[in-house]
Amino acid sequence: MPEEILLMDNITKVYANGFVANKDVTLSVRKGEIHALCGENGAGKSTLMKVLFGHESAEEGRIVLRGEEVKFANSIEAIKHGIGMVWQHFMLCPSLTVAENLVLGMEPSKGGKFGPMNINKAIQMAEEVSKKYNLIVDPRAKVEDLPVGQKQKVEILKALLRGAEILILDEPTAVLTPQETEELFVELKNLKEMGHTIIFISHHLDEVKSLCDRFTVLRLGKSVGGGEIKDVTVQDISRMMVGRDVMLKIDKTPAQPKEVVLKIRDLKYNNDEGRPIVKQFSASIRRGEIVGIAGVEGNGQREISEIVTGLIPHRNGDITVCGTDIRGMSVRQIRELGVSHISEDRMTYGCSENSSVKENIISDRYYKKENNKGIFLNNKKLDADVDQNIKDFLVKCDDRTQPVRMLSGGNMQKVVVAREFSSHPNLVIANQPTRGIDVGATEFIRRKLVELRDEGAAVLLITADLNEALELSDSLIVMYEGEIVAYFEDASQVTDFVLGEYMLGIKRMSDEEIGRVAYE
Amino acid sequence: MSSKTIEKRFDAMKTAIAILISLVLSFALVAIVSDDPAEALQTFALGPLSNLRRMGNVIELTIPLTFAGVAVSIMYSANQFSMITQSTIYAGACIGSWFAIYVTLPKGLHSAFVILMAGIVGMVLAAIPAIMKVKWQASEVVSSIMINYIIMQFTLWFLLNVYKDPTAGFNCSYKFKESARLTKIVTGTRIHTGLFVCIAAVIFGYIFLYKTKWGYAIRVVGQNQEFARYSGIAVASVMIYSQVIGGLIGGIGGGVEIMGLFQRYTWEAPPSYGNDGLMVGILAKYNPLFVPFAALFLAYIRTGADIMSRITDVPVEFVNILQGVVIMLVAAEMFLAKWKHKLIVKNAQKQEIAKEAAK
Amino acid sequence: MERVFSAIFSTSFFVSTLKLTTPILLAALGAIFTDRAGVLNLNLEGVMLAAALGGVLGSAWTGSVFVGILSAILIGMIIAAVLAYVGIYLKSNLVLAGTALNLFVTGATIFVLFIVTGEKGTSTALKSGKIPKLNIPFIKDIPVVGKLLSGHSVMTYFAFLCVFIASYLIYRTAIGLRIRAVGENPDAAESVGINVKTIKTASLLICGFFAALGGSFLSMYYVSWFQRDMTAGRGFIALAAMNLGNSTPVGTMLAALLFGASEQLGNVLQVMKVPPQIVLMIPYFVTLVGLVLYAIRRESKIKKLKANN
Repeated sequence: MPEEILLMDNITKVYANGFVANKDVTLSVRKGEIHALCGENGAGKSTLMKVLFGHESAEEGRIVLRGEEVKFANSIEAIKHGIGMVWQHFMLCPSLTVAENLVLGMEPSKGGKFGPMNINKAIQMAEEVSKKYNLIVDPRAKVEDLPVGQKQKVEILKALLRGAEILILDEPTAVLTPQETEELFVELKNLKEMGHTIIFISHHLDEVKSLCDRFTVLRLGKSVGGGEIKDVTVQDISRMMVGRDVMLKIDKTPAQPKEVVLKIRDLKYNNDEGRPIVKQFSASIRRGEIVGIAGVEGNGQREISEIVTGLIPHRNGDITVCGTDIRGMSVRQIRELGVSHISEDRMTYGCSENSSVKENIISDRYYKKENNKGIFLNNKKLDADVDQNIKDFLVKCDDRTQPVRMLSGGNMQKVVVAREFSSHPNLVIANQPTRGIDVGATEFIRRKLVELRDEGAAVLLITADLNEALELSDSLIVMYEGEIVAYFEDASQVTDFVLGEYMLGIKRMSDEEIGRVAYE
Repeated sequence: MSSKTIEKRFDAMKTAIAILISLVLSFALVAIVSDDPAEALQTFALGPLSNLRRMGNVIELTIPLTFAGVAVSIMYSANQFSMITQSTIYAGACIGSWFAIYVTLPKGLHSAFVILMAGIVGMVLAAIPAIMKVKWQASEVVSSIMINYIIMQFTLWFLLNVYKDPTAGFNCSYKFKESARLTKIVTGTRIHTGLFVCIAAVIFGYIFLYKTKWGYAIRVVGQNQEFARYSGIAVASVMIYSQVIGGLIGGIGGGVEIMGLFQRYTWEAPPSYGNDGLMVGILAKYNPLFVPFAALFLAYIRTGADIMSRITDVPVEFVNILQGVVIMLVAAEMFLAKWKHKLIVKNAQKQEIAKEAAK
Repeated sequence: MERVFSAIFSTSFFVSTLKLTTPILLAALGAIFTDRAGVLNLNLEGVMLAAALGGVLGSAWTGSVFVGILSAILIGMIIAAVLAYVGIYLKSNLVLAGTALNLFVTGATIFVLFIVTGEKGTSTALKSGKIPKLNIPFIKDIPVVGKLLSGHSVMTYFAFLCVFIASYLIYRTAIGLRIRAVGENPDAAESVGINVKTIKTASLLICGFFAALGGSFLSMYYVSWFQRDMTAGRGFIALAAMNLGNSTPVGTMLAALLFGASEQLGNVLQVMKVPPQIVLMIPYFVTLVGLVLYAIRRESKIKKLKANN
């Protein structure tokens, strides 16, 4: 049996806000293997890798590298010990050439930093490392002119040039085309042949199956399984990943849906770089029901929520809210149709951290006639309303003048929810409404969503949390790579295991089955 | 004690310490250059209080500084760092003067008309960098500074070519009509009815920024532009009107200043109201209600320095040194940050102990 | 009109343009470094002004032009270091810190001048050394060409040489590579062990060096004394030139020449009885237009980038 090159032993990481991201996680990697690290969003993969790479320090546990216990204060030390990281968001400077990016921080030059840099030497170094590992890129090309797959090669080369023996790749295929993915796998196998060890983080289980030797599964911050890839099926891994632990039971009666509120037909969206993010999306959401969109993040859900709420102007496809076409409408006009929006990006969109609780709650209604007296804000009414909101939504704060940044994550989200839910919306777009917050707040927000539904709101729930999707939704859509791959009319009949298979792209329903989501 | 209270107290302390440091620095500088440091310092520190006229001087100077400070407070609350206040005051005074010379209106109404015109000039000027920012993302900082230089030349050209009084022995306009001038209200000083306009501007600024929907929108945009957009606030229009209103206040300030203290328009080189307004605004934390106090402080220092420079020959410009140091220290996030951190940690520990004891 | 054209297409117009371009060019080349490092530097004005005084004091006391320039550089870099400390290490808003430091320098120069000479406006008692002119042998004797190329101040030649020096520093050295990396993607730079704060500070100091040379030219060639506020916004014009030149040395040089020429055009028009105030507005107007043009170009570039992908 090959020797163990890296052992992360019983790692526990607690963030400053009390969130336990890793609890007694153990990861054992053997020399010269490709090791898959699997888990849902928020399972603790990133945290574990940050601990390994010196970005975070663990509260408990030890890291043993080549039989020696180590602790890295920063990434530079990790790099010195032969660990290389290929981030999902490339750490490259677009206007610099490949060679310049590669030698950055270790430039070959005579006479110190102000002396002439030996560009030819840099290019030569780039060519050598590129040839050695058979990762072919043009060292003279500017990075901004390269396709994504090539950029990724530069990232990998950057790590290899700095002597990385263990390479961590964080969801490397998420940004690649199928051809590029195939190419990458050949290259990674080649690296393996040359004695390098690779930790491969992915949701795509078929990729894991075809590329990796062994695997470790994280779920809710704990390591729940692992072993040889050849001994298991993708279904086995999927079951480990999505298995549910604590059930947060939310009591709800069967839905009594009424007329359609949100109608989306043939929605398509390409991002700034021209990559299709939403390929095809049609759905109808009715008053009195919660329709969940389950799926791994980054499969187009965020864009759908931002298009419907007017943050991204929409061009292709039709969207109507209560019969009104929202094309060309401003965010405020759309909100005035009774649309509420919980953004997945709490710190950018959801709240203004330096503003007070009150200022955060009134931002969608401050201008309305009933909240103004002549030219003045009717602060008496607003204060009373805000105090009522704080009470109704159990926001724990000193008073309404406290800056939101001083609140805990759960209370911050309650402020967001207080604003979005107290306006008696016709339609609620709830995007990851309970991400990263404590159990109490989570349960509270979920219960509020059900209440809203019972009061007659249409709810579109976007979530990567399977528990949430299954517990709250009346019917359920699964998205994969910008498309709907499954539609369950009755969410209570779905098991997490089945859902997992669709989410991870293992299975796909027929077009006819999917088409039922877009009834008139 | 909550963290909020600690932060508030700390901010006040930080400002006080910054002012103290710069005062000590300027005292030291005065002591270095002066032949008789004791006398120089005494004139500097107490000169403004030595007689009624000088006390009047402090108030007279407080008026334009307050206008500038209120203008900056409104503009910067939207997180737009336009330096245009310099021009709005200056051009407001220059163009306003034209209406004081050539328009005939009854007393009182004439003053109001001149001041209004000055205000409109300010609005138009302040709109330019804002529109350039919204439309082309051109830095409002650089464009407003360029406009300041243009206006500096323009006002001089205007003075020399439009309403210069050739019979006067120096470069100045014709005399303003008496009906346009503001009335003195305290005998023995030059304090004028512009003081009431100034108080009105402070109250307006405060109410506008903190009690109306428009002011609320400005502050939300200033705190987090993306959050404002998400909430449905039209960010571009907020950016523009925040600058235009600030320009209005600045322009009115220019009109009030020239109609209150002068008989003719004589400004050949601009008084530095722009940078003064910046300092006053920062000291007041962009709250118009605190602006008069910050303005009074700066006016007092300036008057003291002025008196001192006449008696002892210490150059009055050392006030700029003091201003520079104050702004740098107050704006520095990390200045005394360690101390603040200690305060908060200590408080948290105290609360923990209290909690334990309660159990 | 004819007179205007004949004045523009004269050798003296060209010569004066080069002279007026020199301080703007030097400061603008400096601004490239801070811009590339992602630092908004509003302090060129202050650095130039402080350096102008430094040059006068240094050269007047020692009688050496060279020492004068060295002291200008020293003072300029000290001012730049203050901005680095307040803006980067104490994390002050760079707009406020830059403005405050300019204000500080305005007062401090007058104050120091007073301590040294007892004067408050102009250092008439303190004559600075004058940067010499350079007559190039042989070339100076060629008709027309000689007048165009020879006989400028040493600093003017050096300023244009600095276009190459700046290019070299930015594109051909390790420090230049790091400055560009820090400005473009600080996280990427950090991830390979580059200290972002150090590099930003270095960019400010290099900028201070160039801007100080520009400042010394004002008090040691334009005139031979120090005068309060003698920079008259040239620091901001330099900033605009860098913007207009898209932060490249050659582009910045062309923009600086444009500003220099517009200033000289002003001088020409002034002689022709166009009011001097109108004329003095020209460079600032050109800057405003330049700012808009730059912004439009940048936007279309982004659009093109999106379309290409």
